[in-house]
Amino acid sequence: MSDELKVIEETVLKDYKYGFVTDIEADEAPKGLNEDIVRFISAKKNEPEWMLEWRLKAFRHWLKMTEPNWANIKYPPIDYQDIIYYSAPKQKAKPKSLDEIDPELRKTFEKLGISLDEQKRLSGVAVDAVIDSVSIGTTFKTQLAELGIIFCSMSEAIREHPELVRKYLGSVVPMTDNYFSALNSAVFSDGSFCYIPKGVRSPMELSTYFRINAENTGQFERTLIVAEEGSYVSYLEGCTAPMRDENQLHAAVVELIAMDNAEIKYSTVQNWYPGDKQGNGGVYNFVTKRGMCQGRQSKISWTQVETGSAITWKYPSVILKGDHSAGEFYSVAVTNNHQQADTGTKMLHVGKNTKSRIVSKGISAGFSNNSYRGLVHVGKNALNARNFSQCDSLLLSDKCGAHTFPYIEVKNNSAVVEHEATTSKIGEDQLFYCNQRGIDTEAAIALIINGFAKEVMNQLPMEFAVEAQKLLAISLEGSVG
Amino acid sequence: MLTIQDLHAGVEGKEILKGINLEIKPGEVHAIMGPNGSGKSTLASVLAGRNDFTVTSGSVEFMGKNLLELSPEARAGEGIFLAFQYPVEIPGLSTINFVKASVNEVRKYRGEQPLDAVEFLKLMKEKMALMNIDQSLLRRSLNEGFSGGEKKRNEVFQMAMLKPRLAVLDETDSGLDIDAIRIVANGVNALRNKDNAVLAVTHYQRLLDYIIPDFVHVLYNGRIVKTGPKELALELEERGYDFIKNEINVGEEV
Repeated sequence: MSDELKVIEETVLKDYKYGFVTDIEADEAPKGLNEDIVRFISAKKNEPEWMLEWRLKAFRHWLKMTEPNWANIKYPPIDYQDIIYYSAPKQKAKPKSLDEIDPELRKTFEKLGISLDEQKRLSGVAVDAVIDSVSIGTTFKTQLAELGIIFCSMSEAIREHPELVRKYLGSVVPMTDNYFSALNSAVFSDGSFCYIPKGVRSPMELSTYFRINAENTGQFERTLIVAEEGSYVSYLEGCTAPMRDENQLHAAVVELIAMDNAEIKYSTVQNWYPGDKQGNGGVYNFVTKRGMCQGRQSKISWTQVETGSAITWKYPSVILKGDHSAGEFYSVAVTNNHQQADTGTKMLHVGKNTKSRIVSKGISAGFSNNSYRGLVHVGKNALNARNFSQCDSLLLSDKCGAHTFPYIEVKNNSAVVEHEATTSKIGEDQLFYCNQRGIDTEAAIALIINGFAKEVMNQLPMEFAVEAQKLLAISLEGSVG
Repeated sequence: MLTIQDLHAGVEGKEILKGINLEIKPGEVHAIMGPNGSGKSTLASVLAGRNDFTVTSGSVEFMGKNLLELSPEARAGEGIFLAFQYPVEIPGLSTINFVKASVNEVRKYRGEQPLDAVEFLKLMKEKMALMNIDQSLLRRSLNEGFSGGEKKRNEVFQMAMLKPRLAVLDETDSGLDIDAIRIVANGVNALRNKDNAVLAVTHYQRLLDYIIPDFVHVLYNGRIVKTGPKELALELEERGYDFIKNEINVGEEV
């Protein structure tokens, strides 16, 4: 219609910049899923017997379950027997230190902007780098260990800290919770484990970078963060995948536990390959994230910037069990081309005087579909619960969809629950105003989008916010009209 | 500086401008007056490059360039500034950040380095004082919740930041009380020099008490039907637009 539309159309053709493949030999399990594969994964990881039993139990339960179909997403049936459940880059010997990591892998992460070199790394962030099914290295472990902070891969935690893992694994997201969490419990391969001891504030951001590389491979990571009384941690995760024609399955489980006066801030920039313009390929992202505010005055805050994946099915939630505990959910979900996102949160008020805050910003472009789905539940003993929800949608084309599904269940009449929702469109008027001030359409869209998403972006740690802003601008040069 | 020749333009097949001729030289102030629906705002929009309007014939030359071939942002870079009648709101985008992006994009177009934070702040403070604008206003989302007066002051503030060669004021006085008009007009006057020019589009004469025009053009039914000195504005105020209509009807001038 207009030149502006053309500019946007053109910029959307920009390539997904993380779509490269690293050519490295992999140690893989055969395709398909059965008890032998579960045993294979457990054996590969030298796991103790209890862990194998736990996996098998989950697997047997999963067999009895059916895939959920209530979300506002459409995709062809997933053939769970056509997926490789374990793939690890072959390394000559297990690296004893970060210096010994295969240069090919090191290069891969450097290309992604993640340096595993502690000297080069900005001092404020410790990184655990996960490729396909395994963690290949964790930085700043020693410095963190001096404070008693454990930050390592999940495989290592199972071997080195079995008492903590046994106590907390599956305590927030039981293996039977849902179809994908059961699948994950059976076949999860790696992920990060963080333990912050009593009274310790983590001096740096802890972060995990997830990368799917191998073909036909699913990634099933498991993250567990435990913050003891009075501790604080800010954790970041980032993810990318190569461009492939077929769909890749990603089904992660993240569990957070915050004790008395502890605070966990969990930020995600999700940039899995979204598929091409016609909707071929892309990652199916089925993730269960849940935090438990176990202690009094504990706080858990989720911030997510979701730009990737062909399909996103994800509801980071908080169980507000401790009295005076607080839960927050800040989300920017972007869908373009044929992407579909059904994402939101659940705030479950159990304790007294609990508070929750939900700020969701959905941005849809192209032919995409973007749904917010949220539940605010106030239990009958949750005296004086307080919730504020705000769900805003911004449309960039007239062929995309934005939907809001707020569910509110209140069983205690002292609760105050507020919900606000708006839907708007980027207007030609706004673009022309920017153009008249010398700002071209591409830059104008970035300014408008960042303005729309600001409240959420402000929640991100500084370093991440810059990356996320760029990412928004790239994925959002969708279509306006 | 600006030469408009036999400009015809319209929207969706409906012709609104039916042959505009206008010459503006550096240092001049031109006022375009006319009744509602005469095409005043259309002319301002066409000059700024709004693509709702289609130019069907005629030419517009600005600083030796064919203006009609340039994108709106290139026109801004060349030094055309439109003070909007209805400035748009952009939620979440602070006015400061918007103006900073604007100033630096225009500088980029002109091959100049972007202003660093210190230089920008210095320039901004100077222009804030000129427009009697408080910093807290600039921290707010662009035009969101601004009063009518604040919006118009913000327009002229942006004009001051961008130092255009040709400022087109589209009904900048509409909806303002007399004090606000004075502030806005003082801002415009302070920016005038021998190298730049102002094209003020207005329905009422009162703005021209403060921004004194060198020429007053009367736009009626898509054409400039009368041009005169500043006194013409007063005459219009006194006698109303009807007297122009009558003059045209007897065929004195087309």
